[in-house]
Amino acid sequence: MMSPSGMQLPREELVRAYRMMCDIRHFEDSVHDEFAAGSIPGFVHLYAGEEASAVGFMMHLNDADRIASTHRGHGHCIAKGCDVKAMMKEIYGRADGLCGGKGGSMHIADLTKGMMGANGIVGGGPPLICGAALSAKTLKTGGVAVAFVGDGGSNQGTTLESYNLAKVWNLPAIFVVEDNRYAESTASAWSVGGSQLKRAEGFGMPGRKVDGHDFFDVYDAAAEAIGRARNGEGPSLVHVETYRYYGHFEGDAITYRTPEEEEQMKTQKDCLKIFSQRVTETGLLDASALEEVEAESRSLIEQAVAEAKAAPAPGPDKLLTDVYVSY
Amino acid sequence: MAEVNLVEAVNMALARAMEEDDNVVVLGEDVGVNGGVFRATVGLLDRFGKERVMDTPLAESLIAGMSIGMAAMGLKPVAEIQFMGFIYPCVDQLVCHASRLRNRTRGRLGCPMVLRAPFGGGIHAPEHHSESTEAIFAHIPGLRVVIPSSPSRAYGLLLAAIRDPDPVIFLEPKRIYRLVRQEVPDDGTALPLDVCFTLREGTDLTLVTWGAMVHETLQAADALADQGISAEVIDVATVKPLDAESILISVEKTGRCVIVHEAARTAGMGAEIAARLCDEGLLSLMAPVKRVTGFDTVMPLPRSEHYYMPNVKRILKTCRELVDYA
Repeated sequence: MMSPSGMQLPREELVRAYRMMCDIRHFEDSVHDEFAAGSIPGFVHLYAGEEASAVGFMMHLNDADRIASTHRGHGHCIAKGCDVKAMMKEIYGRADGLCGGKGGSMHIADLTKGMMGANGIVGGGPPLICGAALSAKTLKTGGVAVAFVGDGGSNQGTTLESYNLAKVWNLPAIFVVEDNRYAESTASAWSVGGSQLKRAEGFGMPGRKVDGHDFFDVYDAAAEAIGRARNGEGPSLVHVETYRYYGHFEGDAITYRTPEEEEQMKTQKDCLKIFSQRVTETGLLDASALEEVEAESRSLIEQAVAEAKAAPAPGPDKLLTDVYVSY
Repeated sequence: MAEVNLVEAVNMALARAMEEDDNVVVLGEDVGVNGGVFRATVGLLDRFGKERVMDTPLAESLIAGMSIGMAAMGLKPVAEIQFMGFIYPCVDQLVCHASRLRNRTRGRLGCPMVLRAPFGGGIHAPEHHSESTEAIFAHIPGLRVVIPSSPSRAYGLLLAAIRDPDPVIFLEPKRIYRLVRQEVPDDGTALPLDVCFTLREGTDLTLVTWGAMVHETLQAADALADQGISAEVIDVATVKPLDAESILISVEKTGRCVIVHEAARTAGMGAEIAARLCDEGLLSLMAPVKRVTGFDTVMPLPRSEHYYMPNVKRILKTCRELVDYA
């Protein structure tokens, strides 16, 4: 059976995809500005540039499906349906943030949305996803589980151990390697041995490489991999070639790549521009519909920032809560 | 002589050790081209080349395990783990192999490696980037745990750690990486790995601490002096093996002891020091041994960090209790 193509999506689904990508872009651009202005504490790692990857996958998932994210998790959270205002409050460390201000940028989670958490530990997600996939299989929820890892995370033992187990136990798991070319400052061009697809092949999993700047390419590959997992046909790997617009973390001096490279990627490979171009050229959506979504998204994120700034910080009474159920 | 801060002193010691001994090599994530996330290894790649300054893939378990193999077979690796929260994949390799290679082979194989990691809170980072779990390593026979608290001790202790024939976990309090500058002669002089440093002499009270908390503790000692209380301040620095002797001698003199550490309270190093004082110094004590520590919780995010961290006020309150006790 051929998987459905993204180009056949109904209008409202295309709008939904574009809205999520816009929300992520505006969210990340705002966090970048707010961090630079000194309003946001902690460390933040931004997903701008990679939107098509998260959205291309999450379009196929429902709340019963689980995902595990990375330290660069805002995009996955938004695409999985986490409330952007509660997310922004979490990043600001506020008491009514999505995790009560205890998780922060790197540990946002919302189990009601199937979002098992961003993760400060590189390679932390794949084993969790094997567990979530096994639970789904055992409890017959019909859900699948998706691990996002970066090119850096693809070299962790935990990731490779997970590939093996997911295959031998035929788990409904999908491993998405978001290769944005740099693990911090370490280029994947020399730090990743072999190839991501050959790795999948070595473990007996189907693998597919996609252009992560093209929502439709990601969407189609995701449909195939997720469809296989839902049908009990086991795990798959998708190698998403992408690019992050900002540094590894906010404050990164970015000494390991050139401004020319960044400029070229932003002007020629921007996933939002590519999406708009594709849907308007083919007449699937008109430019005014996209502009409307863009404006609504911008306004939503502005509100999220304003509310996060005004929200109260957790008090000392919260210091010892949530360590154990009873303490 | 140039004044350097703590992280520059680390860099200076690394360069000195590499200059002195061709077998000393540096490895870790982003240590080469990038010079380390905190700039501890900056310049080393240019100076010593990529065969001695190695950027590794992102794989902490491998970094530790590979260092053990290198150390057992003639090299002297100094590996960096970017943050202490990333060190746990190394625990398997360190506990199962590094710490017991010597014992297991009846002394035939050694493991002269150093694993450096920035640690501790106060820089507004999330949990894995802020915690202080030195006690996990201090619990393991065969590992040394060293924590410098000034540029000169960073230089001297790191040189000693690199020259030492056994595995050393070298924890650098990142909050004070750039807090103070000090003249540190780059003369290759190492400091001993088995004695505490008495930073201030006193007669009424002994304050025992290490890492970044040394600074709050010294400030507390100043404030106590204003109140007419004379506090002795000991920087443990070489947390394991622990020089309990120096602490006992001090408490024999003062009769009171407060231990200050940032790590969570339960089963922290403060508990070990208090136990040693009870075992061997009970009759010197005029008051209970007290601890001022972090709380038994996950290291909180920045908005709550100030509730978690021991501070001068908390230290003074506890000192006052002891002085009032007897």
